[in-house]
Amino acid sequence: MRRTTIPEEEYMLPGHSACLGCGGALAMRYLLKGLGKNTIISIPACCWAVIPGVYPSRCLEVPLLYTAFEVTGAAISGIADAMEVLGKDVNVVGFAGDGGTVDIGLQALSGMLERRHNAIYVLYDNEAYMNTGIQRSGATPYGAWTTTTPVGKRRMFKREHKKDIMEIVVAHEIPYAATLNIAYPEDFIKKVKKAKEIKGPKFLHIYAPCPTGWRYPPNKTIEVARLATETLMFPLYEVEEGVYTITKKIKEPKPVKEYLKTQGRFRYLSDEDVQIIQKWVNHRWKKLLLKEKYSRELLEE
Amino acid sequence: MMLLTGNETAAYAAKVCRAKVVAAYPITPQTTVVEKIAELIANGEMDAKYIRVESEHSAMAACIAAENSGVRTFTATSAHGLTLMHELLIWASGARLPIVMSVINRAMAPPWSVWTDQQDSMAQRDTGWMQVYAESNQEVMDSIIMAYKVGEREDILLPTMVMEDAFILSHTSEPVDVPTEEEVASYLPDLKLPYKLDPDFPAGFGSLIMPEGPYMEFRYKIAEAMDKARKVIREECEEFEKKFGRHYDGLVEFYRTDDADVNLIMLGTMASTAKEVVDELRSEGKKVGLLRIRYFRPFPYEEIREVAMNSSYIGVCDRSYTFGYGGPIWSEVRSAAYPAKVFVKNYVVGLGGRDITPKVLRKIYEDALTMKEDKEIEWVGLLWDERWR
Repeated sequence: MRRTTIPEEEYMLPGHSACLGCGGALAMRYLLKGLGKNTIISIPACCWAVIPGVYPSRCLEVPLLYTAFEVTGAAISGIADAMEVLGKDVNVVGFAGDGGTVDIGLQALSGMLERRHNAIYVLYDNEAYMNTGIQRSGATPYGAWTTTTPVGKRRMFKREHKKDIMEIVVAHEIPYAATLNIAYPEDFIKKVKKAKEIKGPKFLHIYAPCPTGWRYPPNKTIEVARLATETLMFPLYEVEEGVYTITKKIKEPKPVKEYLKTQGRFRYLSDEDVQIIQKWVNHRWKKLLLKEKYSRELLEE
Repeated sequence: MMLLTGNETAAYAAKVCRAKVVAAYPITPQTTVVEKIAELIANGEMDAKYIRVESEHSAMAACIAAENSGVRTFTATSAHGLTLMHELLIWASGARLPIVMSVINRAMAPPWSVWTDQQDSMAQRDTGWMQVYAESNQEVMDSIIMAYKVGEREDILLPTMVMEDAFILSHTSEPVDVPTEEEVASYLPDLKLPYKLDPDFPAGFGSLIMPEGPYMEFRYKIAEAMDKARKVIREECEEFEKKFGRHYDGLVEFYRTDDADVNLIMLGTMASTAKEVVDELRSEGKKVGLLRIRYFRPFPYEEIREVAMNSSYIGVCDRSYTFGYGGPIWSEVRSAAYPAKVFVKNYVVGLGGRDITPKVLRKIYEDALTMKEDKEIEWVGLLWDERWR
């Protein structure tokens, strides 16, 4: 029998209050499998502020510090430094959604990265403000319907591409940043374990599909997540001290249309809109390949 | 004894109280607090982690997280920095974290003004923080030490902000008795929170609560602790005097109030000037007194009621204003004074750092001595008003 590379220990108990098929729930479960029990997590306003359960119940086997929406970076700065004062070696983790990271929490995140606190910032990205009911965020992709980019006679779906938070983070020259996808748990756990061993600020960008907000059946979460990487909508890579490595090489990428057609939020798109997205994906993939190619030269330093 | 500005005093207070995490962001006129702390750490005189955050909002967030980890924290701010923190001030008291913060009272823009005014901290009245207003640099030192002592008690667990008037205290040197860390340690033991972030204690701090409860019960517990703090502060003033030899009346300071017909009520540094005026008027045979509020939260309603019961007329000087109806101290004093049948007049004075001179305060006392009851709220010294010149 082949042994699984996924740790069997569970630090997320049954009985959470996430929606059926929640990608964010899997993100937390795999994250904790990779980190283990010696972990403190800070969670701002986001779906995960509700998922652990109503007081006094909780579904996690690690301590949680709930914080305000925009302060995850500052909160883990405080915990990390307090742990140093106390002489405790603990995984200090911020676990925030896309709105809390790329929009309202960007300043605190930037401060935490620049000051180089010893903590892991995790972004679980479901590409909109899902806890408040599917409003567009800076991480919502072009073409997506949300409740604040509704589709009526004037087809108001989101007209701007997704904010590239990875590049913003990498620009802080931190030791480790990576993209993770719940559909690739081995790659996921490997990156979490790597981040855990590195001192200084780390950033993990987890792709976490949301059946409720993306309008697809809950049993399709893994399929949708896998397609995101197979179509290069969400490539898997890591950046170590500025050196890019693509961890999931996709030899023959599928057309983005295959990904887009799985979700109701994209149902209004014309062929022309699909082409705009395909062009954006192609361009970004090309850039990523170049970054990988040229950043390798840094290894010769 | 050291010659220190109010801001240097606050920095030394953080040091002798053994704050272990300081998270702060510079703002005029608070800057010399964070500069002094940086210097003390750089010189190896203070042993603390210093998080040079990217905003005051993050300063309070980092203090909350560090304090929740079981480490004593300190921060300092002013005006816009304090109001930017507002969301997290409520968070700190809701999470029952005895953080101590030095606040340098400064006017809010627009128009820009860096001078003293108390709108910034008065606007934080409802955040669940204890508020103490200092009259001298020594009181800044002593209030910070006592703030940790009172706030960290298991039956209190509330944060405290200690106010100084901008420039009048923050940048003015006075002789200050700075106790040693050892002396303070024998009065203020290490922080021991009953619950803190610890992988061996996997609790959720601040999780969702439905309307059925116990959200309301948690809020009641804060109210109960704040009410209890009144008694604790009075007792702690006695303990403090035994240890350090300096006397504080408690939540307020009574200055010749006993047999006074007219008492003024105020807080902060204007009280120093007012005391001179009281002495002057007393020497002229006028029965006037002064009640200086030290703690605005918890509010000393008993002391105020007692003075109100024994006064013929009360004037309240506010260095801020609640647009719509009167100064904040005035409305609270009136409410506390009830059922005393005494007229309580509001004098709005010194906004944006306008100097409150002995002459101005004398005019206020003289106005109060007429005991007229025709006008509730008086703005003192407006440029076009000849009466106060």
